[in-house]
Amino acid sequence: MPTATDTIEALAERDYEYGFVTDVEQDTAPPGLSEEIIAFISAKKNEPQWLLDWRLQAYRGWLKMVEPRWANVRYEPIDYQSICYYAAPKSDDDRPKSLDEIDPEILATYEKLGIPLKEQEMLAGVAVDAVFDSVSVATTFREKLAELGVIFCSFSEAVQDHPELVRKYLGTVVPRRDNFFAALNSAVFSDGSFVYIPKGVRCPMELSTYFRINAMNTGQFERTLIIAEEGSYVSYLEGCTAPMRDENQLHAAVVELVAHEDAQIKYSTVQNWYPGDKEGVGGIYNFVTKRGLCEGRRSKISWTQVETGSAVTWKYPSCILRGDDSVGEFYSVAVSNNRQQADTGTKMVHVGKRTSSTIISKGISAGEGQNTYRGQVRILRSAEDARNFSQCDSMLIGDRCGAHTFPYIDVANPTAQMEHEASTSKIGEDQIFYCNQRGIDTEDAVSMIVNGFCKEVFRELPMEFAVEAQKLLEVSLEGSVG
Amino acid sequence: MLRVSDLHAKVEEQEILKGVDLEVGAGEVHAVMGPNGSGKSTLAQVLAGKEDYEITAGSLELDGEDLQEMAPEERAHAGLFLAFQYPVEIPGVGNSYFLKAAVNANRKARGESELDAMDFLKLLRERATLVDVDEALLRRPVNDGFSGGEKKRNEILQMAVLEPRLAVLDETDSGLDIDALKTVAAGVNALRAENRAFVVITHYQRLLNYIVPDHVHVLLDGRIVRSGGSELAHELEEKGYGGFDGARAEA
Repeated sequence: MPTATDTIEALAERDYEYGFVTDVEQDTAPPGLSEEIIAFISAKKNEPQWLLDWRLQAYRGWLKMVEPRWANVRYEPIDYQSICYYAAPKSDDDRPKSLDEIDPEILATYEKLGIPLKEQEMLAGVAVDAVFDSVSVATTFREKLAELGVIFCSFSEAVQDHPELVRKYLGTVVPRRDNFFAALNSAVFSDGSFVYIPKGVRCPMELSTYFRINAMNTGQFERTLIIAEEGSYVSYLEGCTAPMRDENQLHAAVVELVAHEDAQIKYSTVQNWYPGDKEGVGGIYNFVTKRGLCEGRRSKISWTQVETGSAVTWKYPSCILRGDDSVGEFYSVAVSNNRQQADTGTKMVHVGKRTSSTIISKGISAGEGQNTYRGQVRILRSAEDARNFSQCDSMLIGDRCGAHTFPYIDVANPTAQMEHEASTSKIGEDQIFYCNQRGIDTEDAVSMIVNGFCKEVFRELPMEFAVEAQKLLEVSLEGSVG
Repeated sequence: MLRVSDLHAKVEEQEILKGVDLEVGAGEVHAVMGPNGSGKSTLAQVLAGKEDYEITAGSLELDGEDLQEMAPEERAHAGLFLAFQYPVEIPGVGNSYFLKAAVNANRKARGESELDAMDFLKLLRERATLVDVDEALLRRPVNDGFSGGEKKRNEILQMAVLEPRLAVLDETDSGLDIDALKTVAAGVNALRAENRAFVVITHYQRLLNYIVPDHVHVLLDGRIVRSGGSELAHELEEKGYGGFDGARAEA
């Protein structure tokens, strides 16, 4: 009779569904990092002098920094001189005007990933800015958005077409020397997305980007900047999968959000990069700096993330609540299976009066996965009547995995109200047996129990994304548990 | 329908069942009574196929099929239902969602078409009325935050919806006040049918005032030491378990 453990192991042996490689000629910089390489990247992108200077400043800062080691993750040292810092599909200088002009092989890749652009364009009403390696190859719905004054384009295009906005906001939320990985990104960032929502505009569709890492031995350094002017609203979706690779691939993205008075930004991520094989070989290293600034009064920033992929994840989407009555939210599901390691959480910095923040974190560990929640809530002296609610729940599947919680609370104003709840549960043999007894097999039982555990986070995701997130969770835990 | 022969089972090297014989026919209600530690719950868990118990000798058959060859969910598909002594909480999973998944898993395994949302809802409402369970219970997560009485009623509701061939009730009366006990008993009585059998496991005679069994068995130290009609339950009530051969005084 198959036991729960057998099923978990059988599922763990499933191959990564999205593991394949697309053959597209690359226009690649030689490996290594130097001022020359940075100048090469900047020249490739036809950037203005100020941006090259900005990159070089970041690089010089980075040289003096050391890689952080405080996270609860272990991995082989990264040789930054063996990484290629620029790769673009060859047809770069002749950018396609529509999907018809896109390399069919690239389109086929997206088909395999289950994200047919055309279908999305027509059916889902989602504007897709697809990043293939380092350069955006398709941007849709832009004209429709342009009528409202919404700018949604690749970062490189924004540098060309809206340099004043880029210059005004770049590095204002995540300074170029903020941390080791942010400094590296600032020096070599390749591309990413740029969003600008003008005053009073409610963006009529979910904005979406799919990332895909493909070029051999090429690190990806996305840079995303979203600005929501007074009274505006935008919901941004980010999702990704990656093909199978033998070498570890470094990914160090930076995302900056700025919400002005009464503006709202909802940023949702479903991350499913290649986690490595069962022994942890291959797989993406994901070191991300994401931060939002609630600049204006009553502004609101929500981060929702479903992290199922990567070999190593180091990621703390944060909010700086500067405006009075501003609101920060963080909803997270992080899964570590096999040898995956995730150290993730958030930082809520309360500066303004009556600012409030909510943190709901769900960590799931299976196989030999290690899942760490690391969160900081800081109430500054100026933050009169600030409030925070934190809830960190961990679920363990099997007995070789681990869950760790490091909540840091730092309160400098006595009027603050803080609530913190934490729980750790083992997906019980009892729960599985209960489901089995009702006729539900172990695989479905685990998926049901895990989805129930994550419900509070999933309901924060936009509808079409929630379905995908559940599927991803199933796939990655199927691979692991159920 | 159910045939248990010379059943020996152990958990963590300790032998709990030491040769149980039990035969249950269609339409019958059997009560298995015994003091704490006599092996009542072990019998229930072994019937349902809990991994922790190892069967060392004897056999278990449901409608002529060897239960030992079947996984817990396969036993469920074959019509075996266990009302748990301690129903398990599944936070975040809606009670009706859970039941729908269970109903359809069983239907699928039996080669029947799955019920759609409308048909299922109809079935659920009808069954909830039959066993007198408040619909509010259906909207809450499975057993999460339920009172002891609500959990037991929920087991009865699940039984009503799943319509088993053989229902095993493991101390369903424990921890219930008299009103809850009556509701639970009424639910079971409403489900009594010619093609359905019940094994009611209990410590006390009290429940048997409301669910009148056809047969009563006394389980002591891993063996059935006496069987009889419903009058046996009353005898137990008067004499206690100490009055039986080889028995130790009731704890």
